Amino acid sequence: MTDTHDTRRELPLGLARRGYTGIIQHLSAKDAGSALSDIELESRLIELGFVEGARVEVLHEGLVGRDPIAVRVDNITIAVRRREAMAIIVA
Amino acid sequence: MELPLLHLALVGTPNSGKTSLFNALTGSRQKVANYPGVTVERKEGFFVTPQGRQVSVVDLPGTYSLRGRSPDEEITRDFVLGKATGETVPDLVLCVADSTNLRLTIRLLLELKRTGRPMVLVLNMFDIASRRGISVDVARLAKELGVPVVTSIAVRKGGTADLLALTDEISAKLAAELQQENNWRALSVAELRATQREADRIIGDCVSLPARPDTWTARIDAVVLHPVGGLVVLALILFVMFQAVFAWAQPLMDLLNNGFDALGEFVHATLPTGLVQSFLQNGVISGVGSVIVFLPQIIIIFLFILLLEDFGYMARAAFLMDRIMGGAGLHGRAFIPLLSSFACAIPGIMATRVIDNKRDRLTTILIAPLMTCSARIPVYTLIISAFIPAKDVWGFINLQGLVMFGLYATGIASALAVSFLIKFFMLRDFAPAPFMLELPDYKMPQLKSIAIGVYTRAKMFLHRAGTTIFSMMVLIWFLASFPQPPAGATEPAIDFSLAAIIGKALEPLLAPVGFNWQIAVALIPGMAAREVAVAALGTVYAIEGGKEAAEQIGSVLATKWSLATALSMLAWYIFAPQCASTLAVIRRETGSWGWMAATFGYMLVLAYAASLLTYNVAVAMGAG
Repeated sequence: MTDTHDTRRELPLGLARRGYTGIIQHLSAKDAGSALSDIELESRLIELGFVEGARVEVLHEGLVGRDPIAVRVDNITIAVRRREAMAIIVA
Repeated sequence: MELPLLHLALVGTPNSGKTSLFNALTGSRQKVANYPGVTVERKEGFFVTPQGRQVSVVDLPGTYSLRGRSPDEEITRDFVLGKATGETVPDLVLCVADSTNLRLTIRLLLELKRTGRPMVLVLNMFDIASRRGISVDVARLAKELGVPVVTSIAVRKGGTADLLALTDEISAKLAAELQQENNWRALSVAELRATQREADRIIGDCVSLPARPDTWTARIDAVVLHPVGGLVVLALILFVMFQAVFAWAQPLMDLLNNGFDALGEFVHATLPTGLVQSFLQNGVISGVGSVIVFLPQIIIIFLFILLLEDFGYMARAAFLMDRIMGGAGLHGRAFIPLLSSFACAIPGIMATRVIDNKRDRLTTILIAPLMTCSARIPVYTLIISAFIPAKDVWGFINLQGLVMFGLYATGIASALAVSFLIKFFMLRDFAPAPFMLELPDYKMPQLKSIAIGVYTRAKMFLHRAGTTIFSMMVLIWFLASFPQPPAGATEPAIDFSLAAIIGKALEPLLAPVGFNWQIAVALIPGMAAREVAVAALGTVYAIEGGKEAAEQIGSVLATKWSLATALSMLAWYIFAPQCASTLAVIRRETGSWGWMAATFGYMLVLAYAASLLTYNVAVAMGAG
C-alpha cells in the first residue's frame, strides 16, 4: 500500500451502503447514467448542497434494491436514487 | 395622500417555512388562483403594516435556483425578473430561509441579488435554530450579503414584528435608489459551484453551528424510513386515512344529503307543480347537492394531506414508495395524489401539483380517475346486492365482498398498466425525472396554517360546484325534462325527453355490451356525478324515491336485467369515463382540452372493451 493511512479509496456515493460516511471529492456526472444531461445533473446536485468538501452520511436505504438512499449532506437530508448518486465521488 | 399598494414577493427553497410566513402575514386574506396559461397555484394575500401601508404579498413557488426547470420555478424566476405576464413587478423581494438550514438559501439569495431587486433576507424559524444552539451574527450577515436581514418566527404571535417594521422602513425610501441593474443570467455549473462556496464562506463567518443535529428527526426516521417498518407505518397511516374518509365522513355526508333532500321536499311542497319546481328541485338542489355532499370527504382528505405535509412526512412517503411505483413508470411523489383519488379524483388531480416534472404529473393526472372513487360505491353496492348472492366461497370469504375487492383491484391494476403504456409509447421523449428530494426535519404542524389550507381548498371546491357543476346539472335537467310529455301520457315523462331520444339513439352502440336504452339514459346524468346514475335508473324505471329506495331499485333491476348485463355494467363502471367534474379539473390542471379529450377517450375505450368482454364471456357461460 502506497497510500498514506488517512487516504481512503474513492467510490461513487451510489455504491455506498447504509452507515457510510465520507467527504465529497468531486462530481462526475458523465458516467452516472442519469436521464438528465451532465450539466443539469451536476447543477441540481450542487443546488442540493452536494459540493466538494461536504460531509455525507448514508442514513437510510429503500426496500427494493436498497434504493433510493437518504443522505445527510452537512446539516440537511436529501433523498436521491443510487443512479444519480453515482455522480458523487466520495472518500 | 393614499400610498399605492406595496408589492412583496416571497421567494425561498422548498421547506423554508415560506407558506407559514405567508399565512402569518396575511391570515385568511388570501386569494388562490392559477397563473394564466399554466397550472401553477398563485397565492396572493394582503395585510397592512403598523404604519398603515397597504401591502400585497405573493407566495411564489419554492425553488433552489432561478434556472426554472419546472413550470413552478419558471414562474418564480419570471415573477422576480418582472417578466411574468400580467403581474406587477415586486417592489421588494423577501427571501425566506429556514434558519436551521442556511446553505441552500444563502446561495439562492446570492443568485437573486443579481436581479437587482430590492431584497430582504428573512431568517424564519429562528426559535428552532436558537433552541438547537445555532447562533447567527445577523449584523455581520447583513453586511456580508449586502441586504437587510431580519429574524422571524412565523408560527408565533408577534413573531413577524421585526419584518413588518423593516417593511415600513424600506417602503418609505423605496425608490429608484434601491432599484439596481438586472445582471441575472442562468448560472453555469462553475458559477453555481462558486456561488455555493461563497455562501459557505459567509455562513462559516456569520453562523456557528452546533454539532448536534435534530435528534427527534433522527429518532422518528429510524422507524419511519426503515425499509420494512417504514412501509408498515405507511400502511397504518393509509388505513386510518381510509377509515376517516369512508367512516368518519359518513355522518356528515348523510346530514348534508338529508339537508338537500329536505330542501328539495320543501321546494316541492312550496312551489306549484311545474317547470320551476322541477328545475329547482331536480336540477339545482339535487344536482349541486349530489356534489356538495362530498365536501366532508374532501375536507378530511386535505386535512390529512396538509397535516402530513406540514409534519414533513410526505417526502418520506415518496421516498418509501419511489422504487415500488417506479416499476409502473410512476414517480414516488405520485403516491399521495393517487391515494386521494380513492375518495374523489378531483382532490387527487389537484394534489398532483406536488409533482414538479411535467411528464410524471401528466401520467398521474391521466390515471387518477381509474382509482375507484367513492362516487362509484353506490353503483357497485346496488348492482352487487341485486345480482351477486351473499354466500361464502371457500368457506370464509363473502362473495359480495370479494367482487367489491375485485373491482377495486382491477381499477388499480388498470391504472398501473395504463401508466406503463403511457411511459412506453406516448411520453417516451420526456426524460424521466430523477428522484431528488429534501427530507425536511419534522415540525409540529401549525393549526392555523392547516386551517387556512383546508379552508381555501374547500372554498375552491365549492366555487367549482357553484359554477362548472351547476351548469352541467342545468344542462342534464334540461335534457331529461324536455320536450314535455303530451297531455294524458301514461309513460314516465322521461320517455319523451331528449335524454330518452339520445338514449335510444345510443342503444345500438351499447347493445353489444348488453346495455338497454334505460341504462344509456342513466349514463347521461351520471356525467355530473357517477352515483347519480343510481337515482337516474330509479327515475327511468319509474320508481318513486331516489337513493333511499336502492333496495327497491335493486329488486326491479334483478327482474329486468340479465346477470350478464349487470356484470357488464360493473365492468363499465370500473372505468366509467363520464364524470364531468373530473374532466373539468383535468382540463384546468393540464391547461388543455386535448388531454381532457384524451382521458375521456381512453377511458371510454377501456370501459367499452371491458364491458364487451365481460358481457360476451358471461353470455357464453350461460348468464345471458
